[in-house]
Amino acid sequence: MTTLALHQHAHPAGITRWLTTTNHKDIGTLYLCFSFAMFLFAGALAMLVRAELFQPGLQFFQPNVFNQLTTMHGLIMIFGAIMPAFVGFANWQIPLMIGAPDMAFPRLNNWSFWLLPMAALLLLSSFLVPGGAVAGGWTMYPPLYIQGGVAYDMTIFALHIMGISSIIGSINIITTILNLRAPGMTLMKMPMFVWTWLITAYLLIAVMPVLASAVTMLLTDRHLGTHFFNAAGGGDPVMFQHIFWFFGHPEVYIMILPAFGILSTIIPTFSRKPLFGYHSMVYATASIAILSFVVWAHHMFTVGMPAAGQLFFMYTTMLIAVPTGVKVFNWIATMWKGAITFETPMLFAVAVVCLFTIGGFSGLVLAIVPVDIQLQDTYYVVAHFHYVLFSGAAMSIMAGVYYWLPKWTGHLYDETLGKWHFWLTTIAFNVTFFPMHFTGLAGMPRRVPDYALQFADFNMLSSIGAFVLGASQLLFLYTVFKCARGGAAAGEKPWDGADTLEWTLPSPPPYHTFETAPLVK
Amino acid sequence: MSRTISGVCLTTALFPGLAHAELQFNLQSPATPMAREIYDLHTLILLVCLGIFIVVFGFMFYALARHRKAAGHQAAHFHQNLKLEILWTLIPFLILVGMAYPTTQTILAMKNTGHSDLSIKVTGHQWLWEYEHLGTGVRYTSSLATPRAQIDNQAAKGVHYLLEVDRPLVVPTGKKVRLLLTSTDVIHSWWLPQFGVKQDAIPGFIHEAWFEVEKPGTYRGQCAELCGVGHGFMPIVVEAVAPERYTAWLAEQKAAQAKVAAAAGKSYILAELKTHGETVFAAHCAMCHQANGQGIAGAFPPLVDGAAFSAGADLTTPLAARGFWKDGKIVLGSKERHLDIVMNGIAGTAMQALGRQLSDLDVAAVISYERNNWGNHTGDVIQPAEVAALRKGARS
Repeated sequence: MTTLALHQHAHPAGITRWLTTTNHKDIGTLYLCFSFAMFLFAGALAMLVRAELFQPGLQFFQPNVFNQLTTMHGLIMIFGAIMPAFVGFANWQIPLMIGAPDMAFPRLNNWSFWLLPMAALLLLSSFLVPGGAVAGGWTMYPPLYIQGGVAYDMTIFALHIMGISSIIGSINIITTILNLRAPGMTLMKMPMFVWTWLITAYLLIAVMPVLASAVTMLLTDRHLGTHFFNAAGGGDPVMFQHIFWFFGHPEVYIMILPAFGILSTIIPTFSRKPLFGYHSMVYATASIAILSFVVWAHHMFTVGMPAAGQLFFMYTTMLIAVPTGVKVFNWIATMWKGAITFETPMLFAVAVVCLFTIGGFSGLVLAIVPVDIQLQDTYYVVAHFHYVLFSGAAMSIMAGVYYWLPKWTGHLYDETLGKWHFWLTTIAFNVTFFPMHFTGLAGMPRRVPDYALQFADFNMLSSIGAFVLGASQLLFLYTVFKCARGGAAAGEKPWDGADTLEWTLPSPPPYHTFETAPLVK
Repeated sequence: MSRTISGVCLTTALFPGLAHAELQFNLQSPATPMAREIYDLHTLILLVCLGIFIVVFGFMFYALARHRKAAGHQAAHFHQNLKLEILWTLIPFLILVGMAYPTTQTILAMKNTGHSDLSIKVTGHQWLWEYEHLGTGVRYTSSLATPRAQIDNQAAKGVHYLLEVDRPLVVPTGKKVRLLLTSTDVIHSWWLPQFGVKQDAIPGFIHEAWFEVEKPGTYRGQCAELCGVGHGFMPIVVEAVAPERYTAWLAEQKAAQAKVAAAAGKSYILAELKTHGETVFAAHCAMCHQANGQGIAGAFPPLVDGAAFSAGADLTTPLAARGFWKDGKIVLGSKERHLDIVMNGIAGTAMQALGRQLSDLDVAAVISYERNNWGNHTGDVIQPAEVAALRKGARS
């Protein structure tokens, strides 16, 4: 650690280091650890859900508890696991990839992280209050949400805090990208991961306040006698859904665009070929982001909107398939005539391209209004968004972790364990979620603790898959932990096909990097 | 398309009753022209997606197999091709336009609720459905008929487990039936897969849907929008009958309702009321207050005198104000207040006004049951006439 010793001021050690740190690498690590803890917790809730659904009948949980499990699984996975994981990547990688010494606002960075554990504490402790945690679904639709106990208020405040954290984080990311790029790195020379995060950060700033306003209206409806969502007082419960999904749909892309960025980094590296269609990739990302603001009501085709509304939202939704298709074609063209190798990050990346596309196709099926009328609120939708969010977002995060672990820790991870983790995850994921397409088509509604007998076989299969999927993530934990503790030295650049700036640094990189900006040609 | 897989063997070992259950992979068989259009539309889109998937991923897997470093492939260096990029933007766009055209036709047909032969008002309640055949005066509620013992795994599950109701909705075949949907509490969704109908029932608003059933039969569906603890337990069953039989059925219902009205002044003994009250309780109250009257800690109060209950002030304050809660315990308040709670609900809590859903006899029976069961021994006997008098008083 000679570089550390060379540096003038001393760093606090132990817990104080982590509480007071303003270093982007430390904060990135904090985000990733926090996210992983939340991932395991919310995953454990999913295991309980699948245990109850293993057989028809009520075995372990009464409906009230079951609804808490599904609701909290969704909320924690989205706001606690997926989103913070991507912010963790942004913290670690953006300064390293653009040659910046740190994030633009290091102290805000510390605050935006430490808000999160506080919000999580508020959210998780709601399991312990009278009446238990929120049970109205992560979408929080009124009037059902108005009926709940104090946990519902705790959830609203937790979301407020997480929203503030996200907005601060986004401002920091945008400022960093726009102001701290190394000389010579024009916008159109930025690595694709940085581009996707720039666009994601704008999306976050645009929609987190919308979520905050929606939940604040719920709060005042609950306690201050307003009637925003109460028809008896002149309000409209469906207005909540419009506001919520105006946040909710861009939120979907907030969780997938950085994943696209990770894929666009990994695929060229292991194909040993530059990313195909860089420019069209940037434009496709931007068009997806813009279109995401005009498709929200496709989540609400059954609320009874006029035909003109259904048609508009169907056409715009179908249109999103075009830029998304461009991305998939570009990735495949990047692999085409490359010299491909299959290290764990590449295995994950290839699986994501394939499985995410299945999620994209089921999204297209759901965009077709008459078909959506049959499938809305069924297990088909559960299958669809897990193909997008687990095999899209979560597996991209895993790919990214394997890809950058050697850089972050200075050690090579155990390739055999990584491959085991990959195959177990991919197979178990499909065993869990593919049958849900069938149960949904056959007529099983989602968010039910018990079901009719004709759905029994597929549910048992899904549960078996889910238990294996859950257990495989412990292997992931072990593999990452093992790599952090030791292993073969990674060297500056363990991946011969990588070409971004972080690979010009030693592994692990010194505490402060790029204090003198590198020159990008 | 349905077939069985070997997983069935494992299941059969655990559930002998399921030995003949077939795995269903696709949408349920359509029973209306609209459901058939949806079915065909889904098949078409699925095949298009499958075709695209095979072509696109054919290229990917070819590259993965042939352009491997291990196979000695040298990396090329191209990274753009404008013609190709324009082509693969345009082709998907044209495919989408091709999909949008037939879909638009179907949507417009689905939305056309005009020229209907009869209208039925559907009201969602936590957690049952209420049907009113408009213009005939026939109105009834329809709730889950599966016994609690089956849900709790204390009895073998029947064939229509969770998909059976006490009174199905009866409709004529070959007629355009218009539904007018609303709700009294939270958002529910009336979904009958074989009809291709799913429409949210939203409190304070009325939305329309329609269907025309082709063949007589029993059709089953479920509530599709999370509506609280009973969401999984409010099935929909529709009995489609020939138009003549429907007319006869309507006449029977009217006669039966007249008979009930005539018996309004009848007096019942406690045992009769308790027997009827138990079934009313099971259908309307047990989901929250539980069959043993113990409620759910922190969320739904017990109904047993002296039972401990603590919850947020938003729950305990209105209970205390009505004389049903004191110092962390449930106390049994006056029967007048009890009637008021059951009929008018408690605003701001999950306790809804049941007065509209339940007949005079139902209300009288369920309160008599609650006040003389699970260790409550008030001896109070409430007669339907008292409930009728209350209703009259409320109206004047």
